Amino acid sequence: MFRLFSSAAGGALILAAMTGTGHATEGVLDVVAPFEIKGADPVTSGNIFIKMDVAETLVNADAEGQLTPGLARAWTVSEDGLEWRFQLQPDVLFHDGTPLTAEAAALALSHARAKPGLLETAPITEIADEEGALVIRLSKPFAPLPAFLSEYRSLIYAPAAYAEDGSVREVIATGAYRVTRLDAPLRLEAEAFDGYWGEAPAVTRATYQAVGRAETRALLAESGDADYVFNLDPASLARLSGAPQVEVLSVSVPRSLLIKVNGAHPALADVRARQALSLAIDREGLAQAILRYPAGADQILPKSVSDWHSDSVEPLAFDPEAAKALLAELGWTAGPDGILTRDGQRFSLTLTTYPDRPELPLSAAVLQQMFAEIGVEVVIDSTNSSEVAVRHGDGTLDIALFARNFALVPDPIGTFLTDYAPTGDWGAMNWDNPEFTALIEDLARGEGGQAERERAIEILQTELPVIPVAWYQQTAAVSTGVAGAVLDPYERTIGLRQMRWAE
Amino acid sequence: MRPLTQAILYRASQAVLVALLVGMLTFLMMQALPGDMAFRIAAGRYGYDAVNAEAAEAVRRELGLDRPALAAFGTWLWDLMRLDFGTSVISGAPVMDEIRHQLGASLQLAGAALALSFLIGPPVGILAGLRAGGWLDRTLLVVSTALRSVPQFLMGLILIVLVSIQLGWLPAAGYGRPVHFVLPALTLALGLAAVSARVARDAMAAVAASPYYAFGRWKGLSEGQLLRRHGLRNIGVTLVTYLGLQFAMLVEGVVVIEAIFSWPGIGHALVHAIFGRDVPMVQGTVLLLGLGFVALNTAVDLTARWIDPRGRGAGEARS
Repeated sequence: MFRLFSSAAGGALILAAMTGTGHATEGVLDVVAPFEIKGADPVTSGNIFIKMDVAETLVNADAEGQLTPGLARAWTVSEDGLEWRFQLQPDVLFHDGTPLTAEAAALALSHARAKPGLLETAPITEIADEEGALVIRLSKPFAPLPAFLSEYRSLIYAPAAYAEDGSVREVIATGAYRVTRLDAPLRLEAEAFDGYWGEAPAVTRATYQAVGRAETRALLAESGDADYVFNLDPASLARLSGAPQVEVLSVSVPRSLLIKVNGAHPALADVRARQALSLAIDREGLAQAILRYPAGADQILPKSVSDWHSDSVEPLAFDPEAAKALLAELGWTAGPDGILTRDGQRFSLTLTTYPDRPELPLSAAVLQQMFAEIGVEVVIDSTNSSEVAVRHGDGTLDIALFARNFALVPDPIGTFLTDYAPTGDWGAMNWDNPEFTALIEDLARGEGGQAERERAIEILQTELPVIPVAWYQQTAAVSTGVAGAVLDPYERTIGLRQMRWAE
Repeated sequence: MRPLTQAILYRASQAVLVALLVGMLTFLMMQALPGDMAFRIAAGRYGYDAVNAEAAEAVRRELGLDRPALAAFGTWLWDLMRLDFGTSVISGAPVMDEIRHQLGASLQLAGAALALSFLIGPPVGILAGLRAGGWLDRTLLVVSTALRSVPQFLMGLILIVLVSIQLGWLPAAGYGRPVHFVLPALTLALGLAAVSARVARDAMAAVAASPYYAFGRWKGLSEGQLLRRHGLRNIGVTLVTYLGLQFAMLVEGVVVIEAIFSWPGIGHALVHAIFGRDVPMVQGTVLLLGLGFVALNTAVDLTARWIDPRGRGAGEARS
């Protein structure tokens, strides 16, 4: 019996020794991120195919958010702003060997437009191919159209990728890498595509692994199993910063932590009540304690989004005493338990949030304490993210806490248009400022400039249809064995195509 | 009717009953869950940055969610009879393909864990049971209690830090190559072996203390012959029955382990399907899991009959 047992133990040891000879496969670049691959459809998982340089869009954006040529080498718009003409790059091949034509691009965009997404909200009347160019006709001028075409849901697949009903059968794109294996939801493998129209990438094989748990992602970076790890949790960030085998990147992104306020709520309809809530928030304290970086939001977007950040507006301040004074002005008096009451009504709000981003419920608990300081009771309901949209729709929402990405396209105008002109599921609720709506609509048509943008920011700052809390930073850990990796504030690329193995 | 056929027929009718009950219950439960189904599906598909009222409306139109629930259940039952599980409302892929991939990955992991625990647990338990009260027996009691008390997610993290980060021997997480099996399987196996070692030890101690075992020794059998002829077979039924039970317990442990090691398994899939109100996926998964348990119980019954012929003989004598 002892013999049997010892041979089993010996076998296990040999197995361990065999596998101990380095586990990160040579010559394969391993990317780890939290996003799961839901399928081949750009609408659900296009962001992953863009990040992995598998698929491409007509228009690209650089780190400053400036649009650059992608599959379209140039574009023009007619005098009246109603007709856009995109000239395609020549000699582009899809991964199945068929050439990229204006007809193929028009088909891909038509499929994208038929599904939920940004493109659906653009005033497009026709997408056609004419004389080898892609032509998009609009019902009214729409300046952010090229920016919309840079979004992941507008990526271009070959006609053979789509089934009759518009569903996507497989990934057939034009990127520098070709998918060799797609194991939804967690893994994809890719290799350099020989027929790529641009410069051939230095790294010939890459994998993508979706890892939902932040601790596991950090451990993968630390153990050297992954070369590029996207999105680190604050605790791991501190630990990895000291590790010699990885370099930690971080960048300010146009994503803000916001409190959405129901403008028709009896306690919140007066702008002074919203200002009081804003004054009760110690933004620096919250950002430092929960996000672990000093990024309290004293206006809606950070300085890195230069066009939409105004240096002239009065920054949102932390002053609980002023907040109490404002609420007293509105007729609220402290009840026996310290919570304010008015005409027999308690100042009690339900805050809706969701746990998909782990910092949200934590931030909600901190805000609950801060609001309690000024006598406002908050009940936290951490539920599914869609409940924010549902409660917006049926009017039952009091306040909601969420993280809003203003740069699904590199130009935040699209988000302002859908969220604040005048209301949106992830923006203002029961708020209507005709001046703001007019400003945004003008900007969307391509009229107006920096002065108009600053005025729009000023209106948001004084009216507070949403209360900014913090600005996000994106983080990544990159192995020192890799050079050329980037962390894009617009979360489009990781620079895979330009990466190479360090000497 | 022969008892073997009878047993199989009994299990087959059980399987049909399980299928119907499971289908009905999951359907009712999914209907009873709070929240608007179209919004939940849209959130599951497009993520929190892109879910809004328009996306939810589009989902409602596409999937015909306004239909009465009874009609939807009828369609599902009819499809099931034609062995068509439908397509996932989140990914659009056939449910059968998704389950094959994900249940397959879970079964591989569970199988590896069970095999590993079988290599560790029962041999140690048998050795301890043969010398009940000896040093090995006492050490085993302490070690197995300690291993069983550590939660599996903690065990997983300890192993990653130790084996992957400190020693750099194995990948910390991931899927795709055989080395990826070792850590998650070992995490599960240690917890299983802790208990199966105790079960094997108690069974062995009882057998070793029995009169027939002592008689075997008197008639001149060596310790090895004694164990093979009178020991292993007698503790076999206990062990196999317990193994079946462990496999069921594994399904629970696998959910936690899959999350930590980023393993594309059924636990992970089921949790996401429930959040995203992916009814076809939930029904398909739960149905296959239910049928899996029936199949497992059948296998345990048949193995136990094969190891211990006494029940079989008695049954045939009765018929």
